[in-house]
Parts: sequence; structure tokens; C-alpha cells
Amino acid sequence: MTFDHNRNDDGVSRRKVLECMTWAGTGVLWTLSGGVPRSLGIVGEAKAAQAASGLTFLQISDSHVGFHQPANPNALGTLEEAINKIKAEPVKPAFMIHTGDISHLSRPAEFDDADRIISQSRLDVHYVPGEHDFIDEEQKLYLDRYGRGTKGKGWYSFDAGGVHFVGLVNVIDLKPGGLGRLGNDQLEWLEGDLKGRSASTPIVVFAHIPLWVIYPEWGWGTEDSARALEYLKRFGSVTVLNGHIHQVMQKVEGNVAFHTARSTAFLQPAPGTAPAPGPLKVADDKLRSVLGIADVTFKRGQQRLAIIDTPLQG
Amino acid sequence: MRKRFAQCAVAVALQIAVVSALAKATPALGTETTVKIENFAFSPQRLTVKPGTTIVWENADDIPHTVVSTTKAFRSQALDTGDKFSFTFTSPGTHDYFCSLHPHMTGTIVVDASSSGNTASAH
Repeated sequence: MTFDHNRNDDGVSRRKVLECMTWAGTGVLWTLSGGVPRSLGIVGEAKAAQAASGLTFLQISDSHVGFHQPANPNALGTLEEAINKIKAEPVKPAFMIHTGDISHLSRPAEFDDADRIISQSRLDVHYVPGEHDFIDEEQKLYLDRYGRGTKGKGWYSFDAGGVHFVGLVNVIDLKPGGLGRLGNDQLEWLEGDLKGRSASTPIVVFAHIPLWVIYPEWGWGTEDSARALEYLKRFGSVTVLNGHIHQVMQKVEGNVAFHTARSTAFLQPAPGTAPAPGPLKVADDKLRSVLGIADVTFKRGQQRLAIIDTPLQG
Repeated sequence: MRKRFAQCAVAVALQIAVVSALAKATPALGTETTVKIENFAFSPQRLTVKPGTTIVWENADDIPHTVVSTTKAFRSQALDTGDKFSFTFTSPGTHDYFCSLHPHMTGTIVVDASSSGNTASAH
């Protein structure tokens, strides 16, 4: 892993249009940027962002390798386009995170194909599983490949550039009628993992299903995430990165910034705008404008974190 | 009105005759009923059947789903688009199930020997 401590802060020029969602739900206010490029996820008065100066990493999500329905007959192809976009970035990111649904059906050939394409980025990749990666009852297909050195069913933490990263698994042992779930074992581990860390340490938590409740009617939320957020609330800068919903959404609550990334495979409807959250077919020439990647940057000397969502095209 | 009643009576009588004929011909086999998985929902969501009925779940979504009993009595593999899973219900009672990938999707099969027919359903 290489860290570019001398990077020029010229990222704005390559930043493309950022799209936000407008959706009003109970107690939630969404902002609309109207297509004006701007950075997202200002994390208020982070106490020690200086420790995180100049760290940029990539997030990709929901590659669904193996998906071949009309919403995108070639999900592997659009993943490759995303990786090519990452390779072409003027500043090499420190590493990449993948927030789950690598595969569509947890098939070994799908994981093989995903690995073959993603490894072309020549970046270290930190994965968390989506429900599509955990389809076999023992979750062996994912864990044998990506679970080395992790705890429980694949959760872990690591430090990079002064930031503490926590990868969580909220797609295991789901309960009838429920949402995403972390479970007691993982929550106890998280409490221990955070204990003793300085409140000024910037924290990035990433997991597949959003850790805030976006739309329970479609299962878009994590039923026991409040306990995780309780352990996180003493930290001055917390960023929560998720996937699963195949669209960009954000919320800032106190010191916690929540953000979901686009898929590299297909679009899903905005909450409540369709009978079900299934894949949304868009015109062929629009597909690449609804798929994309996210750059996340901790800026040197600035107490904020910027998340730039870039579509594959447009 | 009287005529309509007569027609209904004939239809019901025929149905009973057919069902009992089937039962006589193949006493070990029940009938088959389909539950469609569509728009992230089981349809019908609640179904009442006689013992021995085989339920066939068919996934019509572009996303895989599973059919998992809450008591672990049955569990499908992931059903891709167009895939089917079937289970024959022999013991009377209420059998709840859900999709383990999208747990907000729930369904119920009620097995009742005294139910009026093998495809009776209510939402």
C-alpha cells in the first residue's frame, strides 16, 4: 500500500457532477445540490483531522458480478469500466473498500471474475459482504476468500493515515420481518475495538446495508445500528459508508456523516417510488450515468472529510 | 337467483367430485399450488391448504430470493429469476417463512385438514 503524502490538492478539477437525492422522511432532511459540484459530508468540528491529512481512498459497491438481467446485461463490463476509471485517476488512492454484493449469487466463478477485474486496480481492497455474497448457508464461499484475519463472520478493523477503519457485517442471521442486523457478538467486539481510542481519532465505519434507517418497508436499514452509533458518539469525526441501495444518499447527524455509494451494476428506485426495490432499467445510453464510484478524502489541515461521487459517465 | 344458486351448487359438486376422485386415484399425493415471488413479496402472502399439498414457489423477480421456514422445517437455495422450490406440507399447523436475503418478505402457509379446498387463500 502506498500513501501519497505529497499529493497536490487539485482533486476538484476532476470532480464530476455530484448528485444528491431529495427525499423527505420522518425526521430526515435531504439536500439537493441541483447538479452543482460540491463536496459532501462535512463532519463538523472534527477534533484531530490533522492526523488524517491527505488520505484518499476509493469506495466501490454492489458490483453484482453474475447479474445479466435487462437492467444491465453485462455487470462485469461496467465493473471493469469502474476499475479503469480508478486506474486513470491522477492521484493514486491509498486503497479501496468494497461495500458488498461483490457477486450476484455467491458463485465461485462470480467471485473469480470480480477478483480478476478488481485486482487490475493494483490497490489493496478491504471488503465487507452483502447478502448476495452470503447466500450459501455457511458463508464459506465469501469467508474462505475474503475472511482471512477477520473476526466472527468477517468483521475487522485497521488503521491507515491516522484514521481508524471498521468493516462491519450486517447481512447475517437476519430475522423474519426485520432489517439488516449486526448481532450481539459483533456489537460487543465493536465496543471493545473502540474502547481506549482517543475521541479525536477520525473513524470510518463501512458496511453493506445502511446503518441508518432509510426505508424500512424495503428493508433499507439496520435494526440494531443504534447500539453501534452509541459506541461511536464520543468520537469527533465519524463517517459511515454503505452500499445496498444503489444510489447516492447522505445524512449528517451531529458528528456522524452517513453516505451510500452508487452500484457499478444497476440502479434501484428511490424509496417508495416503485412497488419494489428491484433493478431499475434505464435507457442504454443513461446506464453509465447512474453507476459510479466514490472518492473519499481527508484533507490536510482541514477538519472535514469530502466524499465525491463520480458516475461512470456524464 | 335460483338459477345461479343451482349453477353454483353444480360447480361445487363437480369440484368435490374431482377432488375426491383425485384423492381416490392417488391417495399419497396432494395437489400442487404455486406461490409467486414478485416485487419482493410472496403472493398470496397467506395460503391455507389441506395436508399433503405441495407448494411451489417461483421467483419472478430479477433479484434472487430464498424461502426459509422460521422453524427450519424447510429452506430453499437462492432462487434466481425463474427458479422454483417446492415443499410438501403434511403436518397441520401454521408454517411461517421468509426470505433470508430480504427478511421484510414474509409469508404463511396454514395446513388445515378441515379447510374447504387446497387452494383457499386469504390476504
